[in-house]
Amino acid sequence: MGASPHTPGIFVDRKWGVVVLRLEKRPTPSKFWLYATPPVAVILTMIAGGCLFAAMGKNPFEVIRTIFWDPVFGEFAFYLRGQLLVKAGPLILIAIGLALGFRAGIWNIGAEGQYIMGAIFGAAVGLAVFPTENRLIFPVMVVAGAFGGWLWAMIPAILKTKFNTNEILVSLMLVYVAETILAKASTGFLKNPEGMGFPGSRNFSSYPAAANPELIAGSGLHWGGVAALVTGVLAYILLTRHQAGFQIRLAGQAPRAARFHGVSPARLVVMCMGISGALAGMAGLFEVTGPAGQISIDFNTGYGFTAIIVAFLGRLNPLGIVLAGFLMALTYVGGEMASTNLGLPDAAIQVFQGMLLFFLLAVDVLTNYRFRLAVGAH
Amino acid sequence: MDLGGINPVILIATLMASAVPILLAALGEAVVERAGVLNLGVEGMMIIGALGGFVVAVETGSPVLGFVGGAVAGAALSLIFALLTQVFLANQVATGLALTLFGLGVSSLGGQGYNGIKPPATGQLLPDALADLPVVGPILFGHDWVVYFSIAMTAVLWWVLKATRIGLIIRAVGESHEAAHALGYKVNRIRLMCIAFGGAMAGIGGAYVSLARVPQWVDGITAGAGWIALAIVVFASWKPWRVLIGAYLFGGITVLQLNLQVAGSGIPVEYLSMAPYLITILVLVIMSAGRRGKANGAPAALGQNFHASR
Repeated sequence: MGASPHTPGIFVDRKWGVVVLRLEKRPTPSKFWLYATPPVAVILTMIAGGCLFAAMGKNPFEVIRTIFWDPVFGEFAFYLRGQLLVKAGPLILIAIGLALGFRAGIWNIGAEGQYIMGAIFGAAVGLAVFPTENRLIFPVMVVAGAFGGWLWAMIPAILKTKFNTNEILVSLMLVYVAETILAKASTGFLKNPEGMGFPGSRNFSSYPAAANPELIAGSGLHWGGVAALVTGVLAYILLTRHQAGFQIRLAGQAPRAARFHGVSPARLVVMCMGISGALAGMAGLFEVTGPAGQISIDFNTGYGFTAIIVAFLGRLNPLGIVLAGFLMALTYVGGEMASTNLGLPDAAIQVFQGMLLFFLLAVDVLTNYRFRLAVGAH
Repeated sequence: MDLGGINPVILIATLMASAVPILLAALGEAVVERAGVLNLGVEGMMIIGALGGFVVAVETGSPVLGFVGGAVAGAALSLIFALLTQVFLANQVATGLALTLFGLGVSSLGGQGYNGIKPPATGQLLPDALADLPVVGPILFGHDWVVYFSIAMTAVLWWVLKATRIGLIIRAVGESHEAAHALGYKVNRIRLMCIAFGGAMAGIGGAYVSLARVPQWVDGITAGAGWIALAIVVFASWKPWRVLIGAYLFGGITVLQLNLQVAGSGIPVEYLSMAPYLITILVLVIMSAGRRGKANGAPAALGQNFHASR
């Protein structure tokens, strides 16, 4: 091993003769790589994904074109572009909330549970007053959805601040709890009384006061998409212009300095978890009243987990997340296309999304470090 | 003695088997975390192990080779985590999550075509003469080899961590990587080996789910067992014997709630099936309450990457 204190600390000190490839910390993070990382990661993922698709016996170029080109510019783009907005809305909404916490070192990874609980709370309010028609019903449902998600996120937040319990594990356990509550809701307390015994609630599309329809026909834009875009702008302002945003960034980058600055860690946990929970809950409500249409056992499709990838892909920056949300929506919409037209299994898209996060994390090393070819220091 | 149709002897024997996956995965993760690495990808490594083990066992007809396959699959996946966190110095929490998402996807993709197949059985290890003894028979002698392996691994890891030089090095790396580095230990290399070991253990645990507990291939077969293993490591204060206790307690709760579902206790099935998760949260709260800061037994360098600038 020859462990002299001068040995580069990196595990693979590949030696070509006396030349060593070593990692050197940059004095300040590279602005170039901060922005270049996501596109590079996407390209690397396309290459690796192409190899995967080729190994599965598909034409990689055709698959990549179907996923990334056809939904935007292809034959059915007029319909699929709308679908992009439908998928991107909840992803953006959830990811922005998560990013606030991730920036402060608070890891809420149970957004899927908060999304489900938001949908249940909001839907319950709407179904309770069925069939009353009143313009206030939908706004109240949105608030109830946000409240449901917030409440579910407060459990790990309060346990963290009062008992120092790990928020990663608690928020994740609560996803499984939320899923069983969802099963109970769709077969029990929210079941459609006129549903002839089938599981699932009443369909909101036949209840105008509580429905979340497309605002402009064919655009795919519903209130969730509007909320996502508005939240993106608000979160950007919060992070760059507001005291609370400064505290979030400070706590993430220099926890000790943050404490001296008077930032209360407990308050920060409650605030970040609360915002992300409320946003995830709202996303759930928009989904269940709009694209999903009803509470059913499997209306949730893992947006809460995919949003984690979106948050990182967007560099934890609200505006970046909006772009990342559309890109990830593209993999969903294009993936469905590839699944129906080319017989690509749905799971392949999940693998593809996972790979994207890997490449992103790997390339990210270049933001803070640079590779240097050095003459061997032995 | 029967408690409302639940036989305590059978209950104990079953919980020992049902605890094996989380016990093995949690033991592996305990070593990883003692080396200062937080790998949240346990769920992903378990499910890859479950698939790898299942495929190898079905294709070769040998359950033992299946477990080897599970270990290799889990370790292989963990090497991605090792590469990203030890070479590219990526954030461990994010990379662990990525590993889980990726593992779930890969397993779902690779498992197509294996649904509805029965894997070769992993039988009882000891002769019936012992296993048929009253009370002690089912509890002590009625298990397959993996159950004994999991208990043996608990003892081995306890001894290795407590009394051997390797254990001391692992703990040194996990408590203060700067000091370990100054002493001449290759911090990242040691961590990489611990990560691979953790991956192999999670893989064997996953293989036990698909080869012995279920036993067949279903999408998402591990159903959060990896996350529970992570919680049990915290519960156990990173100590192997306490990991065993935690896993058995959890196994007991799972078996009990399943028995209650079958026995028709009048408690709705949904509430029973969320019980294990709620109890895990409760236990986490009890274990972390009142032990703020470094005093809770967590390795001091847990979750921090190491880059030697000199």
